[in-house]
Amino acid sequence: MSKPSVLIPIVVFAALVALLGFGFRLSDPRLLPSENLGEPIPAFQLPNLLTGRLMTEADLTGEPFLLNVWATWCPSCVAEHDALTAIHTQYGVKIIGVNYNDDVDAARRWLEQLGDPYAFHVVDAEGTLAVDLGVYGAPETFVVNAEGTILYRHVGVVTEGVYQDTLATYLAQDSMGGS
Amino acid sequence: MRGTFVVIGLLMSILAQATPVNPVEMPNDTLKARYYDLIAELRCPQCLNTNLAGSDAMIAQNLRETVRRLLLEGKTDAEIRTFLFERYGDFILYDPRWTPQTWLLWGTPFLFAVLGLWIWFRINQRAYQGPKALDPEEQDKLKQLLDKG
Repeated sequence: MSKPSVLIPIVVFAALVALLGFGFRLSDPRLLPSENLGEPIPAFQLPNLLTGRLMTEADLTGEPFLLNVWATWCPSCVAEHDALTAIHTQYGVKIIGVNYNDDVDAARRWLEQLGDPYAFHVVDAEGTLAVDLGVYGAPETFVVNAEGTILYRHVGVVTEGVYQDTLATYLAQDSMGGS
Repeated sequence: MRGTFVVIGLLMSILAQATPVNPVEMPNDTLKARYYDLIAELRCPQCLNTNLAGSDAMIAQNLRETVRRLLLEGKTDAEIRTFLFERYGDFILYDPRWTPQTWLLWGTPFLFAVLGLWIWFRINQRAYQGPKALDPEEQDKLKQLLDKG
């Protein structure tokens, strides 16, 4: 067997290593991409959790806020609640809730027990708003600017660390007149 | 006797596939079939390695209901896939679309198959070449050996 053809498998292997080494670094497959960054909040018509009044995406404009998807059947949401309360009371951040696929009475009781730092909640009983938002599950938090444009999406529990490291930057983007 | 059990087992496995985990109410069988096909080919966003048909995650339930609703509204399969793709991206489709980023993904198996075939042909070529012709030096040696004996 002549020397050059011995090298072929080695060359192919090296090329494969290079290709995969590059390709696997392109993005973390666990970091699911968000399709709606830079897009406005999708249109919806859902009742307010406490008043029952029908609300639309227009009610979500005016100032930057965190849109937090939560539910009583989601144990991580309990863990997240204290952090959200701290973020609201210490930093004055407006938080709007999407009560996702939940029971209205259970949700109201939950808030009575744990406190309610949210400005208000919309009841997404069928999950239609969640699907339009491209939500993967609860909890999930979006940073939205005053015009109602989605700036960032955080999947999973929000902690004060997450707020300070990431969410605060996106919230600040808007108040500086930029974005 | 063993053969009978094998046949029975195989027939039962067909039955197992015929019973969907999450049955759905649809006005006709065509819609039902399209529904089951779609939820089998769409990935659950939360459970990374399950399709919508096999996932119990809340978002999977919502998405199954979404597929059902869109089918009842008369949307085509392509329109439904586009609807979900707009919200979840390539990830929700088990078969990624043909884009410049994914041509490598689609094409590499074929490239490897072609490469493998080429290597196989090259190896076979050598095997059938037959004995090499002798050069003058070797011809003299052969003559000497033959003359001796």
